[in-house]
Amino acid sequence: MEFFSPSDLIGSSPILALSAFSLIALLANALVKNSAKTVFYISVVGILAAIGCAMYTFSMNATAFSDMLLVGGYASFFAVLFLVVALFSLCIAKPYLEREQYHFGEYYVLIMLSTIGMLMLGASADLITAFLGIEVMSVAFYVLAGYYRGKLSSNESALKYFLLGAFSTGFLLYGIALIYGTTGTTNLLRIVTMYPQAFGDPVHIIGWGLILIGFGFKVAAVPFHMWVPDVYEGAPTPVTAFMSTGGKAAAFSAFVIAFSVPMSMKDERLMLVVAVLAASSMLLGNWFGLSQLNLKRMLAYSSIAHAGYMLVGLASATSLGQQGITFYLVSYAFTNLGAFGIIAMLEKVNGANLSYEDYAGLAKRRPGLAALMAMFMFSLTGIPPFAGFVGKYYLFASAVHSNLTWLAIFGVMTSLFSTYYYLRVVVYMYFREATNTEEIILPKLTFATVIVCAVGILLFGIFPALIFDLMKSMF
Amino acid sequence: MQNILTYTLFSPLVGILLLLFINKEKQSLIKYIGIATSFVTFGLSLAAYFGFDAANTQMQFVEQYPWIAGLDISYFVGVDGFSILLVVLTTFLTPIALIASWESITDRLKEYVAFMLMLEVGMLGVFLAVDLFLFYVFWEAMLIPMYFIIGIWGGKDRIYAAVKFFIYTMAGSLLMLIAILWLGYYASTIPGGYFTTNLQKLYAIAPGAPMGIQTWMFLAFTLSFAIKVPLFPLHTWLPDAHVQAPTAGSFILAGVLLKMGTYGLIRFCLPLFPLASFQFTPLLATLSVIGIVYGALVAMVQTDVKKLVAYSSVSHLGFVVLGIFSMTEEGIQGAMIQMINHGLSTGALFLLVGMIYDRRHTREISQFGGLAKVMPVFSSIFMIVTLSSIGLPGLNGFVGEFLILLGSFNSVFFGSYVYAAIAATGVIFSAVYMLWMVQRVFFGKITHDENRSLLDLTKREIALLIPVLLFIVWIGVYPSTFLQSSAASTKQVVTQMQNAKSGNVTPAIPMK
Repeated sequence: MEFFSPSDLIGSSPILALSAFSLIALLANALVKNSAKTVFYISVVGILAAIGCAMYTFSMNATAFSDMLLVGGYASFFAVLFLVVALFSLCIAKPYLEREQYHFGEYYVLIMLSTIGMLMLGASADLITAFLGIEVMSVAFYVLAGYYRGKLSSNESALKYFLLGAFSTGFLLYGIALIYGTTGTTNLLRIVTMYPQAFGDPVHIIGWGLILIGFGFKVAAVPFHMWVPDVYEGAPTPVTAFMSTGGKAAAFSAFVIAFSVPMSMKDERLMLVVAVLAASSMLLGNWFGLSQLNLKRMLAYSSIAHAGYMLVGLASATSLGQQGITFYLVSYAFTNLGAFGIIAMLEKVNGANLSYEDYAGLAKRRPGLAALMAMFMFSLTGIPPFAGFVGKYYLFASAVHSNLTWLAIFGVMTSLFSTYYYLRVVVYMYFREATNTEEIILPKLTFATVIVCAVGILLFGIFPALIFDLMKSMF
Repeated sequence: MQNILTYTLFSPLVGILLLLFINKEKQSLIKYIGIATSFVTFGLSLAAYFGFDAANTQMQFVEQYPWIAGLDISYFVGVDGFSILLVVLTTFLTPIALIASWESITDRLKEYVAFMLMLEVGMLGVFLAVDLFLFYVFWEAMLIPMYFIIGIWGGKDRIYAAVKFFIYTMAGSLLMLIAILWLGYYASTIPGGYFTTNLQKLYAIAPGAPMGIQTWMFLAFTLSFAIKVPLFPLHTWLPDAHVQAPTAGSFILAGVLLKMGTYGLIRFCLPLFPLASFQFTPLLATLSVIGIVYGALVAMVQTDVKKLVAYSSVSHLGFVVLGIFSMTEEGIQGAMIQMINHGLSTGALFLLVGMIYDRRHTREISQFGGLAKVMPVFSSIFMIVTLSSIGLPGLNGFVGEFLILLGSFNSVFFGSYVYAAIAATGVIFSAVYMLWMVQRVFFGKITHDENRSLLDLTKREIALLIPVLLFIVWIGVYPSTFLQSSAASTKQVVTQMQNAKSGNVTPAIPMK
């Protein structure tokens, strides 16, 4: 019996390439003296190689390893997204860690390892693959959250994330077990075609409900969001940047594939549950966002709210909604990476310089930086011509299409709250006088990354077809 | 001529690009670039104006390129009788605003000029868009520069005013966004239909929608526009924004931004949702009339000149909304010309108030008195503009108000003289608050010694006001020049509304 064919290897080439490079990086870290810089370059090369593989496989539309992995199209699209996010987050991390004197090679290896998990998530054609992906990604995240091993807040962040994360994975696994028990398969491509009658079975529906909890935790949806603010605040800023963008995108990519199964059955009960999750995430995320004083915490609550917007697309159970989520993930990744990049540049030792006050008068001290931050805030608010607006437009359009107009109205009204706290950053930067006048030194690498992010949100905001054209073959 | 609208629309961006490469210390160069750009835009818009065929009710100079193919969203621009004058008004007022800021803005000048030009793009886009998505993009994007202009260069409470302006406007527009989505979705439910935001296709589809749908969509659109106008009781952001904004900001706010609301009512609410429009005519007419009287009464008791002018805007814009919902040719024509008038007169008043504020650093009426002796030129110009604002025959304000009142008296949709009769008292009140203010500021004895040494207007300031005065007189004496551009389009809308009233709504045409 043949275990795999050459086409399986080509199909999974992004994962294989990145795995190979992460092993090389791990070895280099052990063998080379003062290896951090070397490992950084190996990681960059590895990620670029994986991006190449993902682009090469884009036009294929197949599965690999006996329908365990999706190949091409959707999987490749998301692979490129995760890899680009990883690359950007490395560029944000290097100057940051050097400044904090926490610059070790392990960091880059862990980022690559978690990216491997993401690649599996985006390609999961089977619930088992999704589970594996979540575990690979999350274990690396647990370590990364506690990367500041000398700092209490970072340790707290890691422990909290680990305990709650492990708990939620339990739900996911239990759900998979129930689905397997009722249908005899965990393969997402076969459940519907082979066992449509399973949806009459309450145990089957409970299985999906448990999976919803597992994914809900990973995408930071209310009421599974408790870990988010503390973890985001305690983790090193580049890690937060990576978790909130790559991690969320990966969880959503698998969430969308998995839930396209029950959603294709137009199961009203699940749709309603997802809609309620969406509504509560938008409401609570934006509501608590209003009262935050620390920017990382504010962005943590904002991340909960954005999970809510994307769940609107999922609740609509239309391809319009799926396209909306995909586009939104791209725009959110660029926007949040940019915002966190700026926060990372301005942050000072021991998590200082993270409050609104510290951004007062930034427009006078560093006009370019303030302009970029303002763009990211406007994009998060969802104001044209930035990409965030197009994403929201699609998501709410999908809600209206699926008779969820109430959800769309609810969504735009809660996003009105968010206007207030995003604008507050702009108010401090532009309308207040600086309290601090010491010179700001900007690391070139991070600054360049942030500029690329800003160009991205402007480009995708004005020419959304750049992304939507790629999606034509996906949904 | 083919791409004239796109050139007009995006020409200010060229100026912004140039500014990026200029050192921020070179202040006069920055000013020249800003002003030159805005003159180029003005020139381009004039080319469109003179090429415009007023007898044609179709959209002209249309350009359409697919933008997001999946949702039938396109970059679709064009002008008709309703938009052409507002486009020219925008490009005409922007250079004046920039020249008016010549001395008063020195801090962060480069950003200021860039925001002004960005604002111009946003305003032009709103008037030119023939696609709801495109319209919404400009409608929202325009908030950003205005927010900064108020927030950075405004007065003492500028942050409060800027945030209030932003959130208030956002609140209305977000509901409009849902209505746009709903309208697009509705288009996909008719036979052969698909999601679209193309306004011309929707003109054919939306009026046939059932009453229930029309009602909700009409309310969502109207709420958004009513906040912008602003219609009583949604006007509370306006005095704050006007008083805190820098002179040029108030000038543009009064001159163009408020017109977007009334333009939206004519462009979208009436033709898209005729049935709902009839249903809500009494409500909107009542609110306009309340706004006319209330705005005037509140203006009367103000002690700050700028605030007085701000409240007078509430009153004047009430007239415009009343004219629109009279749905008569006179009423809508009057509303169109009144939009231009208000832009010129109230804009000029804000400029004049700014000029005196630059000299005296106060706007309190009680701080002045007898200025006519010290500043004769300033006082005469202020007097002319005041008279135009209160509707003296021979000046522009009269034409607009007269047509609106005439239309309201004749309107079968109002079915009562009461609206027009009460609105007419607004004309009297406006004479009261404006002339009383003029009397206290310019006549009588000089009560404050500081006022004795005030300098009269400079050549630059006079040069700024001359073109505005020219049009104030021109419209007053020979309004036909301007009325004829919107005549055909008005006639078309009025006919359409009358047909709808008599039940001749064309059922939705299946889409291609």
